[in-house]
Amino acid sequence: MTTLFGFPTQALFGQLLLGLINGSFYALLSLGLAIIFGLLNIINFAHGALYMAGAFVAWILLNHLGLGYWWSLLLAPVAVALFGVLIERTLLSRLYKLDHLYGLLLTFGLALIIQGMFRLQFGVSGLPYAVPAELAGGTRLPFMYLPTYRGWVVVASLAVCLTTWLLIEKTKLGAYLRAATENPALVQTFGVNVPLLLTVTYAFGVGLAALAGVLAAPIYTVSPMMGADIIIVVFAVVVIGGMGSIMGSIVTGFGLGLVEGLTKVFYPQGSTTVIFVIMAIVLLTKPAGLFGRSS
Amino acid sequence: MSVTAEPAVMTETAETQGSGPDAPIRPESRDAKRFHRYVMFAIAVALVLLPFGLYPIFVMKVLCFALFGLAFNLLLGYGGLLSFGHAAFFGVAGYVSAHAAKVWGLNPEFAILGGVAAAAALGLCIGALAIRRQGIYFAMITLALAQMVYFFSLQAKFTGGEDGIQGVPRGRLFGVIDLQDDRVLYVLVAVIFMAGLLMIYRIIHSPFGQVLKAIRDNEPRAVSLGYRVNRYKLAVFVLSAALAGLAGGTKAIVFQLASLTDVHWSMSGEVILITLVGGMGAIFGPIAGAFVIVAMESYLAPFGAWVTIIQGAVFVVCVLLFRDGVVGVLSRLLKRPL
Amino acid sequence: MGDPAASVSPAGTAAPLLAVDRLEGWYGESHVLHGMAFDVREGEVVTLLGRNGAGKTTTLKAIVGMLEKRRGSVVFEGVETIGLPSRKIARRGLGYVPEERGVFASLNVYENLMLPPVVRPGGMSLEAIYQLFPNLKERSTSQGTKLSGGEQQMLAIARILRTGAKLILLDEPTEGLAPVIVQQIGETIRRLKADGYTIVLVEQNFRFAQTVADRHVVIELGRVVDEIPNEALEANLEKLHAYLGV
Repeated sequence: MTTLFGFPTQALFGQLLLGLINGSFYALLSLGLAIIFGLLNIINFAHGALYMAGAFVAWILLNHLGLGYWWSLLLAPVAVALFGVLIERTLLSRLYKLDHLYGLLLTFGLALIIQGMFRLQFGVSGLPYAVPAELAGGTRLPFMYLPTYRGWVVVASLAVCLTTWLLIEKTKLGAYLRAATENPALVQTFGVNVPLLLTVTYAFGVGLAALAGVLAAPIYTVSPMMGADIIIVVFAVVVIGGMGSIMGSIVTGFGLGLVEGLTKVFYPQGSTTVIFVIMAIVLLTKPAGLFGRSS
Repeated sequence: MSVTAEPAVMTETAETQGSGPDAPIRPESRDAKRFHRYVMFAIAVALVLLPFGLYPIFVMKVLCFALFGLAFNLLLGYGGLLSFGHAAFFGVAGYVSAHAAKVWGLNPEFAILGGVAAAAALGLCIGALAIRRQGIYFAMITLALAQMVYFFSLQAKFTGGEDGIQGVPRGRLFGVIDLQDDRVLYVLVAVIFMAGLLMIYRIIHSPFGQVLKAIRDNEPRAVSLGYRVNRYKLAVFVLSAALAGLAGGTKAIVFQLASLTDVHWSMSGEVILITLVGGMGAIFGPIAGAFVIVAMESYLAPFGAWVTIIQGAVFVVCVLLFRDGVVGVLSRLLKRPL
Repeated sequence: MGDPAASVSPAGTAAPLLAVDRLEGWYGESHVLHGMAFDVREGEVVTLLGRNGAGKTTTLKAIVGMLEKRRGSVVFEGVETIGLPSRKIARRGLGYVPEERGVFASLNVYENLMLPPVVRPGGMSLEAIYQLFPNLKERSTSQGTKLSGGEQQMLAIARILRTGAKLILLDEPTEGLAPVIVQQIGETIRRLKADGYTIVLVEQNFRFAQTVADRHVVIELGRVVDEIPNEALEANLEKLHAYLGV
């Protein structure tokens, strides 16, 4: 068996791949959180619950309507985004003039409601979701075995993240979003429908979370609590990266996933806490975050 | 962040009330202090009477959560800092108290004090990190660090992992008074609660509390006046953590159990809910909040997941329609600060 | 003072492009505007003069709908806009250049320029704008806030010219700028007037205002206290000094 630094390369690269996959979800989730926070000034605590909802929509589509993975990849984010429209229009829009912390409390309540509903309906034990046939199997690389689906998750997330980045940095709609993030009242005096922009942004952000949920469904079991723990890690990711930069969120998300994977190889006991430790170190050395602008 | 949760509550109040004689509520006024003395007396009387009408064990649970809420509210209402990680202090104190009573065989008073000390020490570490950021980031950081404590509790040996520490002896207070009888234990819990309440009241009305309020209302101004703002923030954080630990340690002795539930993020959510329902920034708010929430949870306990759903709904409704909480509304009706 | 607008009304009786009447405005709890009333006719350049805190900027904000709480009447082209949200007011053909210029740091110069949507046909083409402000073309890929103060002011004006807005509200365009830039801005305003734009200009510097305006509306404590045609400015210097406290 080949080894690297005294560890079998198979295990090393396997964990790195797993880390990269976790990183994909961190990136997709923290990206959505950052976009929403930038424009709405709300930290969306329901983000994890909506990620979970995305995975469940995929499971329901498959098991009740017979619609497979590829349909889910399209429909689940749309369904969750529509739910996001409802949330933003009926609840969040009432909070914009209040302290930001109310947004956190309200979305925390939403997260409890959504998680409770799914628990009531589906119980706490996870439900399996099969890898789609087109992405089953794997490839034997010289240093490791690469399951096709896992490779696909990394590539797909990366593509979605970069597309989002391009959308925000290079399009007219993105320019509206960036401008409204800086000064919504002024953008409104130009005749731009800022309230609509807020709704669309929230829907897009939670749509990204749902997409991450669908991607995650075949890797983890689909369970009502799958979003609760990941959202706390994503909060730490967001603190580490700072929410000022879109590219920063993406890089931090993937990077921390890798670090977590490496920790699993070299110090398994620390793998659940390593991101929190990094957060503490970043707070001590660069409180505004790696890519943050201090305000 | 100079705009914190509580001033927002205040602005709300000012708006809904308009500028009538009841608009500015000034807790410093002499009249208010006298009124507070009556309220304290009423609470003390209630503590004596309650166990005759309700199960002592239920009242003790309420008192532990009320004290936890008071500790949390000290930080939010007077320090302007929303911690989303207070379960860490509550839970760790529970573990330490339970361990001290069961494994080391300490008297309950020392076991609880051990829990308080552990919570204060943990508060010093977490607080020192968290106060480096403000507002929403502060909330996320405390949540993340508390989650780290949760994972630690899950893996560490002394916490008993998934099982927790069970069968904790209540022991003999000062080595003399047997606490096995719920009624005897109740007296101890009531005394601890009242001591905690008085201590928090003293803190709020001390010069230290005044500086905290100045920082909460206008941090840059407090800085320019020469206050070392971060020291004050850290001090109130540690005090709040220690008092949360007092509640957690007491709860472990009362229920003879320390478990992962008490360090989980949902416990941090619960104390926020207690404070929100009772009234953020209202001195007596968490007491009412604890009654409502503990009662609600014991009625709903058989319905499983519904507890979470209803908790969530209460959060949403409170944030949208009822930001002053029970005591906030009461305070407005009585036209007196509570 | 009763209706100052009537006293200086010229012979033409066409309806004004903008008619502000009984306008009240609040910042949070503080009541800032107390019954502002003035008219602006098509093609005019009108300045709002007054001391710091008199309510000049607040008046513009009330007109564009940026104040949360406002009452009274603002009629633009015969349509009452007081109940409309600011985006709908803008869509009627009203362009606002704020005091702090409002150039966006996260957008480059070109993006800043193209940001406001075209609200009416007949706005300046990009080419015409670049001809008017050649610097903006040279620096089109720089970050908006990396421009000099003068260039940022040009950018803030230029992006409104693109939209086809008929009435432009300019808030202290000369504030903090070098004399040579101030001159350039003066030329721009005269050029826009010649092109048929209607402009409401907030100024502290009446010497500058004198070089561009047809009429000066003097504001004190949220009310119009006087109106002075530009021709009569020199004759009223003493009165004006008293108003402005200079």
